[in-house]
Amino acid sequence: MSKNVNRRDFIKTSAMGTGGVLAASSMFTWVPSFMEDSVAPLLESNAERTPTVCEVCFWNCAGWVYKDRDGNIQKIIGNEDDPNSNGRLCPRGTAGVGIYNDPDRLKKPMMRVGDPGKQEFKEVEWDEAFDYIVKKMNKIKAEHGPEAMALMHHGTAGPHFKHLFKSFGSKSEAKPAVSQCLATREAGFINTYGAGLSSPEPTDVKNTKCLVLIGNHIGENMHNGYVQEVSHAIDRGASIITVDPRFSTVASKSKHWLPIRPSTDIALLLAWMHVIIYEDLYDKKYVEQYAYGFDELKAHVASYTPEWAYTKTDIKPEDIRKSAYEMAKAAPSVIIHPGRHTAWYGDDTQRMRSIAILNALLGSYGKKGGYYFAEKAKLPSYPHPEYPHPHWTWKDLTKKDGYKGAIAGVTNVIREASLPGAKEKYGHEYKGWFIVATNLIQSVPDQEKTIKALQNLDLVVVVDTMPMEITGYADVILPEATYLERYDVARVAQHRVPNIALRMPAAEPKWDTKPAWWMCRELGLKLGLEDYYKWETYEEVLDWQFKKVGSSLDEMKQIGVKLFDKKKKLYLDDGEDYFFNTNTGKIELYSTDLEAMGYDPMPKYTDHAQPEDGFYRLIYGRAPMHTFGRTINSPNMNDLMDENNIWINPKIAKIWDFKSGQEIWLQNQDGVISTFPIKIRVTERIRHDSVFMVHGFGHKNKKLTRAYGKGASDSEMISSYKIDPVTGGTGMRGNFVTFLTENPHKKEQV
Amino acid sequence: MRYAMAMDTKKCVGCADCVVACQTENNVPEGYCRDWIVENVDGTYPLLDLEIRSERCNHCEDTPCVRTCPTGASHVIEGGIVKVTHEECIGCGACIESCPYDARYFHPDGYVDKCTFCDHRVEAGDTTACVSVCPTEALTFGDLDDSESPITKLLKTRKWKVNAEEAGTKPQVYFLT
Amino acid sequence: MKERLFTSGRDMLNIDPVVNAWHWEIPAYLFLGGLAAGLVFFASFYYLRGKEDQMPTAVKIAPFIAPIAIVLGLIFLLLDLKHKLYFWQLYTTIRLDSPMSWGAWTLGVVMPLSVIWPLLYLDDLKKYFWNRNIVIYEIIDWLEKLINDFDFTKTIMGWFKENQKAIAWANIILSVILGVYTGILLSAFNARPLWNTAILGPLFLTSGISTAAATIMWMAYDHYEKVRFSRIDLWLIAVELFLITHMFMGLSSGTSASMDAAALFLGGPYTVVFWVGVVGMGLLFPAVLESMELLGYKVPIAIPAFFIILGGAIFRFVMVDAGQFSKYFFQ
Repeated sequence: MSKNVNRRDFIKTSAMGTGGVLAASSMFTWVPSFMEDSVAPLLESNAERTPTVCEVCFWNCAGWVYKDRDGNIQKIIGNEDDPNSNGRLCPRGTAGVGIYNDPDRLKKPMMRVGDPGKQEFKEVEWDEAFDYIVKKMNKIKAEHGPEAMALMHHGTAGPHFKHLFKSFGSKSEAKPAVSQCLATREAGFINTYGAGLSSPEPTDVKNTKCLVLIGNHIGENMHNGYVQEVSHAIDRGASIITVDPRFSTVASKSKHWLPIRPSTDIALLLAWMHVIIYEDLYDKKYVEQYAYGFDELKAHVASYTPEWAYTKTDIKPEDIRKSAYEMAKAAPSVIIHPGRHTAWYGDDTQRMRSIAILNALLGSYGKKGGYYFAEKAKLPSYPHPEYPHPHWTWKDLTKKDGYKGAIAGVTNVIREASLPGAKEKYGHEYKGWFIVATNLIQSVPDQEKTIKALQNLDLVVVVDTMPMEITGYADVILPEATYLERYDVARVAQHRVPNIALRMPAAEPKWDTKPAWWMCRELGLKLGLEDYYKWETYEEVLDWQFKKVGSSLDEMKQIGVKLFDKKKKLYLDDGEDYFFNTNTGKIELYSTDLEAMGYDPMPKYTDHAQPEDGFYRLIYGRAPMHTFGRTINSPNMNDLMDENNIWINPKIAKIWDFKSGQEIWLQNQDGVISTFPIKIRVTERIRHDSVFMVHGFGHKNKKLTRAYGKGASDSEMISSYKIDPVTGGTGMRGNFVTFLTENPHKKEQV
Repeated sequence: MRYAMAMDTKKCVGCADCVVACQTENNVPEGYCRDWIVENVDGTYPLLDLEIRSERCNHCEDTPCVRTCPTGASHVIEGGIVKVTHEECIGCGACIESCPYDARYFHPDGYVDKCTFCDHRVEAGDTTACVSVCPTEALTFGDLDDSESPITKLLKTRKWKVNAEEAGTKPQVYFLT
Repeated sequence: MKERLFTSGRDMLNIDPVVNAWHWEIPAYLFLGGLAAGLVFFASFYYLRGKEDQMPTAVKIAPFIAPIAIVLGLIFLLLDLKHKLYFWQLYTTIRLDSPMSWGAWTLGVVMPLSVIWPLLYLDDLKKYFWNRNIVIYEIIDWLEKLINDFDFTKTIMGWFKENQKAIAWANIILSVILGVYTGILLSAFNARPLWNTAILGPLFLTSGISTAAATIMWMAYDHYEKVRFSRIDLWLIAVELFLITHMFMGLSSGTSASMDAAALFLGGPYTVVFWVGVVGMGLLFPAVLESMELLGYKVPIAIPAFFIILGGAIFRFVMVDAGQFSKYFFQ
């Protein structure tokens, strides 16, 4: 009997003095086979494994997928050779299994029945869906030109659709994530160092002596490799300085936690510059050799003393000084980390500039323990004819809105240019959208406007794996296979060592779902773009690409990740000449580009609105077990966290007579009321003038059986946003909420 | 041999990767877990303390769960790992009542289930699933009888505590502070 | 402010937020076990002291309840099991360290013996029920005929009669084990600070005996016997009150965990049900009534008897529930 495996072990009674070995009932342990335990742990050595690249977040860790005896996907673990994960996936990556298993997935192509706005769909075959889309696209092309098609995307499926759009004749595309996330950061760094940071950001956390985090709750956002390196930093005793109105996880692990009054970060950054310059703590040699505009900066920050900053930030002058000394002591092994979701208050490029400048003063850019020079492998693209040249793109429209520093498509501008009357304003307008793997309703502020734009379009195609809020606004829904069931573009990520990684299907796509490359190719063929699709399957493309860099699809299937030799140095040598890609060839503390575009050449502090009586600033953030709103419904991740709650300081709770676990509704400064109630968490971890909630909950689509109505949506409360004048990034932290204890929707229900 | 685990509260961020890795490794049904994350907050804003712990069965030296089990389903195997033979378990709940850590639960199939220190992996020379995924490497598993093992060294060099020491079960999961 | 929470969404059935693995089945099982132990004990004890005729209810009549209580108890135990099809694993091993194990075995042995005893007094039982016009006498009559119909059953009964003394001795020993078992089952669980006290065993034992005494008192038709058991009950109540006081003194002077456990009854959620339900209604009130009875006031004996039995049952339910509520709280 297999059960006897257990009998091989000895049975011990460690009881009150009896001790000894008591062999229990060996003659009675026979068990009928139907009663035997059917659930056994996985034996890795016997299991089949295939390489994958995680799609649960943008960190895109490489891993291995294991299948159980019955051929079902059982678990996913990291690939040891992968620099993004170092063989360790984060909880979401480990829980990726649930994304494949989720019974709520989109299963078949669907088309709208009847009026737009009415959420009635019928299931159709792929051909019918494609024919409809192609007919509409051709009509839009005939009437408005191919440029009137816009692509909103996120994740790995994006490049397939970008290729389709470019072949069709449109270069209008935007990642909503960029406008809210990296755009302002990249602009800030480009205008200082002549280069952005890209992803994963090349911060040398592993070797740093001092890590400064401003509103950056690493650990709650599980940027995998970054979290791992922070842990190493803690192990080495590096000092961490965290600036956050909330006692975040990483704040609890910090030497200095500066509980700042929200929206005053630039004041703190300027005061730090003041201390570092006027107390002679900056890296003179570095600044002299590499920086431009030091004298102007020195004069500029003269009045920004810690005492001045105290009046803005609530942080005591001595704490500002102490933390500045801590950074200076560690320099150049110091990182003032720029973070990722950087669009906050509308002056975000300038805040990112402040961070970039502070790093420059401490000489950390290009230094060990500061910022290293990342390197990326080069994977040639599969040959195709030149793309047609569009007559206009998002860039032309963005210029009209004045966002001269925009580095990528601005979601907001595309949305504006899709509203009724857009043609008068911009000279052009969008008539059709593809929305690929991004839930615009939750991810872009001002839901009303998004819905208005959606209803004004002639064609809305949504490609996703899950029924999200956005799928309700589609004309055609194309169910995408999950990342565990498909080939995709190879991952080419920058890192310390150049590398590529393969994602391949671990299982057949469930139901009638299809990979993005297949959808794009089919659409391409039907649109008459066969010259751009001179391959049958994506395996051909990958094999061709891999062979160009000395590997092959077969090899990649075996190894998953391939590392290449380094061609660049990680750090600058002492005094080494270096050309920065700016107008002056130097690190521009004083930005000539920004000046030329008519923006402030050096960051200034401006006051932002503070909450009125009875209102609290809405701070939203992440939980380590979820990626935005995308994973809330996924079985495994939902198991770890199935609803969010609202953090309220005990002092405020006392005023309102609130208890933990009590349900309330939220109402924001514009009178918007949350659809669903949210439970209170009374906690000391939040400032009295703010509340905190984890983003992504409060889903409204009933087809998300696990996520529907669980918790409240922070996005719903974000009706006001401040636009960064440089990049068009949408700052969403200027929203304030108050609490409703009675169900405000009761009347409507009657 | 004496298997034990050290959990570094200084590094843990409470991401729950250990929880989900255990679930996928061991087929733990939805809604159940063999390990979990606890967050303790103490103090008044802004003078605060936060401790995050990944907790599981403590594989105690003195095992009240094994002692109170009426059938011998709960037993100790080599290395001090406490296990439950599902086919011998009648689901009486005595072991659940006797565990100060609430580390055991009724599997929906009726028997009592709990952390096994991934003995199937350990037997194959590997480490537990939770340890193998932990992004912050806050978890260390090993043999306390081996003076060279990382866990032994950690317990020698770091300050540590155990949970519910007064319950007298001599728990073998150590929390580094 | 102190906060302690699970951030990994742990919410397991019967475990979170407090352990609730044992519901009504276990306290009912403990109550019935205690009652049966008391009945068997009194019957054997007075039989051996030769008081068969002075204490007819205790020796001849009341013991018929014991096998019924035991069977019911075993059914409740089975109901408590979550892996029911495997219940037979209980009887594949004897684990002396596990009260659950030797308790199940004790019940298994006590049950047949407890069945034999009333069979020896079928005539008296028949008369008892006949006088009270309770139809059970027909079943007894049928049973009597059945035994008399076969030679071998008559032989067996005869053999039992001859060896009644030995059976009585065995009964005494087993009933003490059973009584002690129902008492110490809970205190074997060190993990629940409320149960983790040496006083709980004697307390449950006393309470079990007292419910049995109350049952006999209620059923007794003989004045001498009624008074006798009234006195016994008064004594037992006094002992219980003494033990309860000591239990709280012990808990309150112990570790912070046991202080928290005591607090469950001293202002905590179980305060009312314990002090009003168990101490007031189940101990003090019947004690007052019985004292009045002994002092010559006319009190229907059923009232104190009922409250003692009810109090004994509530006591077990409360202790099992509250015990699961109490835990080691580690910051």
